[in-house]
Amino acid sequence: MTQSFNPSTPSGGRPWIEGRFEENMVLTTVEQAINWARQSSIWPMTFGLACCAIEMMAAGASRYDLDRFGAGAFRATPRQADLMIVAGTVTYKMASRVRRLYNLMPDPKYVIAMGACTTGGGPYFKWGYHVVKGVDLVVPVDVYVPGCPPRPESLLEGLMRIQDKILGQRIAKRPEGGKVDDELPVPHHSGYVTSAVGDGTLVFDHQKVQP
Amino acid sequence: MTSRESNRGPGFVDLVETALPGAVTGRNLEALDPWIECPPARLAEVCRWLKTNPHVRFDALECITAVDWFEPDPKKAAKVAWQPHIELVYHLWSTSARVSLVVKVKLPRWKDDVPGSLPEAPSVAGIWRTADWHEREVYDLSGIHFTGHPDLRRILCPEDWEGYPLRRDYVMPLEYHGIRGR
Repeated sequence: MTQSFNPSTPSGGRPWIEGRFEENMVLTTVEQAINWARQSSIWPMTFGLACCAIEMMAAGASRYDLDRFGAGAFRATPRQADLMIVAGTVTYKMASRVRRLYNLMPDPKYVIAMGACTTGGGPYFKWGYHVVKGVDLVVPVDVYVPGCPPRPESLLEGLMRIQDKILGQRIAKRPEGGKVDDELPVPHHSGYVTSAVGDGTLVFDHQKVQP
Repeated sequence: MTSRESNRGPGFVDLVETALPGAVTGRNLEALDPWIECPPARLAEVCRWLKTNPHVRFDALECITAVDWFEPDPKKAAKVAWQPHIELVYHLWSTSARVSLVVKVKLPRWKDDVPGSLPEAPSVAGIWRTADWHEREVYDLSGIHFTGHPDLRRILCPEDWEGYPLRRDYVMPLEYHGIRGR
């Protein structure tokens, strides 16, 4: 690779990465390379529960184009998906299905709670007899996207926060049974969650509702 | 009888009363939605006549509604003008004559005033096929037992759901299968 002066490139003629190192060499770590590859190909699951799914579809369509972030390959099966975008009201009847789909996804897996209903019950919090008061009572949630429904830009922002989270992952081997520092507690389905890193005591304030 | 006003005024309800004496216990044919009321025991009979009579064939059942006339607050309940009861409202439509009619039935909130035992109304699923799912929905959400229904199961709520959510005295579940409710 030879360095050549090209005044039409945006960086004032200087190549971006070529020639900054020795000939034909880019330095990185395996960790960074793997995380970069992972965060650039998040495959979400085709999974819409209510009106938020319309905004999710808009985010996937050409105007907002989720595929710019490598997340445009909506998979029709949880076996091939990394990301579950819970888009819409989760009812008690649906909760067991949501949890089963989450359990079917291969690790590492991520969950975006999209919209007011999934973050905390939303308009159904007080009088909705059939609505789960936040999908984090059913599956662990990585990123909450507020809004009713959120704009596609908000969902893209949520996706970028998932990418940040993936970039921060460590691949170094942990001692047997060790947990990731930021691993989310899996709800016990009793509605109360136990802390993953602590002594296993119940966590009550993860949704700011005291029992 | 093809005008939109054909079931208004005394004429139409006279036809019903001539055919089925004593079946019409209340009426308001001048209202925006003209309605007649009939006792629960004669509902099926009235509905079958309304569908098959030669004058105005009400061949379409648009919806079934259950209205819970009940005030859970005892202070306000002392001031209300009505006794607690449930009203079933059937909206009928005649596609040939292009007129509508509402049939109302009054039921007790609980059968024999025993809380938990569902009031009964005759099913009209054998008259209008569409009543099958409508009656299942009313059973699911308002707790009315339709006698003679071919398959009376819950249609929206899970099968193991407790209570009837659209009743005024319904208590919100605090947990469902381990998922806490608030």
